[in-house]
Amino acid sequence: MKTILYILQKEFRQIFREKAMLVIILVIPMVQLLILSFTATFEIKNTNISILDHDHSVESRNLINKFSGSPFFTISSFYDSYDKGVEALKSGKTHQLLIIQPHFEKDLQRDGKGKVMIITDAINGSAASIMSAYAHSILFDFNKQILIEHYPNLSLSDPIQITVSNWYNPRLNYITYMVPGILVLLVTIIGMFLSGMNVVKEKELGTIEQINVTPIKKYQFIIGKLLPFWIIAMFEFSFGLFLARFVFGVPMLGSLALQLGTVSVYLVVVLSFGLFVSTITETMQQAMFISWFFMVIFILMSGLFTPVESMPDWAQTVNKLNPISYFIQINRMIMLKGSVFSDFTRQFYSLVVYAVLMLSLSVWRYRKVA
Amino acid sequence: MSNGAVILQNISKSYKTVKALTEINVSIAKGELFGFIGPDGAGKTTLFRILTTLLNPDSGTATVEGFDTVKNYKSIRNIAGYMPGRFSLYQDLTVEENLSFFASIYNTTIEENYHLIADIYKHIEPFKHRKAGKLSGGMKQKLALSCALIHKPEVLFLDEPTTGVDAVSRMEFWEMLKKLRSQGITILVSTPYMDEAALCDRVALMQNGHVMTIDTPNAIINAFPVKIYAVRSNRMFHLLNDLQSIPETEAVYRFGDVVHYLSHSKTFDPLSITRHLDSLSHTEITVNQSVPTIEDSFMLYMRKSDKFNISQHDN
Repeated sequence: MKTILYILQKEFRQIFREKAMLVIILVIPMVQLLILSFTATFEIKNTNISILDHDHSVESRNLINKFSGSPFFTISSFYDSYDKGVEALKSGKTHQLLIIQPHFEKDLQRDGKGKVMIITDAINGSAASIMSAYAHSILFDFNKQILIEHYPNLSLSDPIQITVSNWYNPRLNYITYMVPGILVLLVTIIGMFLSGMNVVKEKELGTIEQINVTPIKKYQFIIGKLLPFWIIAMFEFSFGLFLARFVFGVPMLGSLALQLGTVSVYLVVVLSFGLFVSTITETMQQAMFISWFFMVIFILMSGLFTPVESMPDWAQTVNKLNPISYFIQINRMIMLKGSVFSDFTRQFYSLVVYAVLMLSLSVWRYRKVA
Repeated sequence: MSNGAVILQNISKSYKTVKALTEINVSIAKGELFGFIGPDGAGKTTLFRILTTLLNPDSGTATVEGFDTVKNYKSIRNIAGYMPGRFSLYQDLTVEENLSFFASIYNTTIEENYHLIADIYKHIEPFKHRKAGKLSGGMKQKLALSCALIHKPEVLFLDEPTTGVDAVSRMEFWEMLKKLRSQGITILVSTPYMDEAALCDRVALMQNGHVMTIDTPNAIINAFPVKIYAVRSNRMFHLLNDLQSIPETEAVYRFGDVVHYLSHSKTFDPLSITRHLDSLSHTEITVNQSVPTIEDSFMLYMRKSDKFNISQHDN
């Protein structure tokens, strides 16, 4: 027990001695949290739409006014030829093209049918579908208006009344959704990289040689290596929660103790993952690349940005091995839904199993004798 | 021999295709200052890593104070002190922090064993708040030795402790080793410097993973079979080739700023060297008989083992 304390003392000395490292550990994640939370958003607030009005009539102007009146659209320019419109789409000056056919008003009044076309830049599929949906809803409104104008006696009440109410995030605030996830990400990076790099650094500098000839036991060494970063990551998570609550105003409905309890288990998973990487590599460069490889996959599949449920089946199966995915779920559930332990037992025990497995694996792999 | 402090029996170790050690047999007595002498790549570090339980041999057994390096490695880690060839202390910790860390993981304190390291540590104590990475080579070496000694080891393994250290610090270091030996600590030291061999009680000359001979430095020198002539002339550049052409030549090699000439003929007349060189228009020729050194012995053993290897290939 005393030996572990001595190793801890040594580790903390080394960590706090390196001022640059201290900044990296403490300041950078907070800056990331602040920046990412405000910018990593899928909300589409401003779509540039260009208009090709071949009709130039009262009705076509009414339709255009509908678009310009929407806070969602900004009319970037008007074109007189289709080619120029496509050119603007190509060069990215505009995201959508609204094309109003010649005789739009005449057709509408004579046949009761007018034609418009909407072309959307769909490079970003999810953004495109949102833009199309907005355009649709404006056109739908416009349709309704025409019907009312032309057939004032027509009853337009829908047979089924739909009332939508958004639970847990009633104002569909993207920050509320993202902050708990990004918080998980940051402690993951700290945990996975620092623990792994630390051991590989000792390998690279040769200091591990001097440690290996001492009577230090495996478990003492590993605890001595994991605990400092566990403490740092716990501190960081708590500080991140503080920012989430008081800077971003993210609700914290669940129990704080429960949240800290689960993060403490989760950190064991991440730290031992980093440690495992360090036992199979020889240099910091190798460890860095392997950690990044897993990090990027874990993050992109974690459900941070896109819901896990919409991934293909095989990906969802693979995701059972993704610790980040479990913890983002848990963290969002506790913070936003006020979930209690029984709501996420499956995810929690998965993490426990993961922690035990990774820790045993890295203890087994770490050898003092070559 | 079973009461030796360190015993190696038929130790072999290969790295993939390279044979690092072949059938090493050495027995080192308690309290001995024993040197492994050989050039880079002779297998010295591999041998030390096996003895300090960092590496398992492919075959053979080794014991340190009666403990097997494979089965009882835990016991060895309590009684062995190891100073790796490369500086392996924490460069970002201070001198004192390094020392107290290594003391504490052996469950001891600097105060408790201060007497052991006092002679060495007092040189660096004025700099005890300096980071280890900022020390000079000689001071780093003293700190490393202090750290290896702080737990009062019974056997001390020093892997090339004097490589990259200036001549004055090297001599100081050997003085320290002699003092340590007088305290009863068995010391194994490896070095590529032949002149340091004379400072050991016994040495093993190593080359290409083989131990060529083991004996006291004096015995090795006394066993030198032939006379050595140190030759100089005005054309040192051609001297080596020109001497080779004498029919009775056994070996010719550079030795410092002279060339050493060995003949295999028992009745060799050194005047024939002068005559031969004279005929090849050398001037300012000097030929002196020279006292053999460990380096001469080493060259001779190396030639023998080379010849042995060549004849094996021929078969």
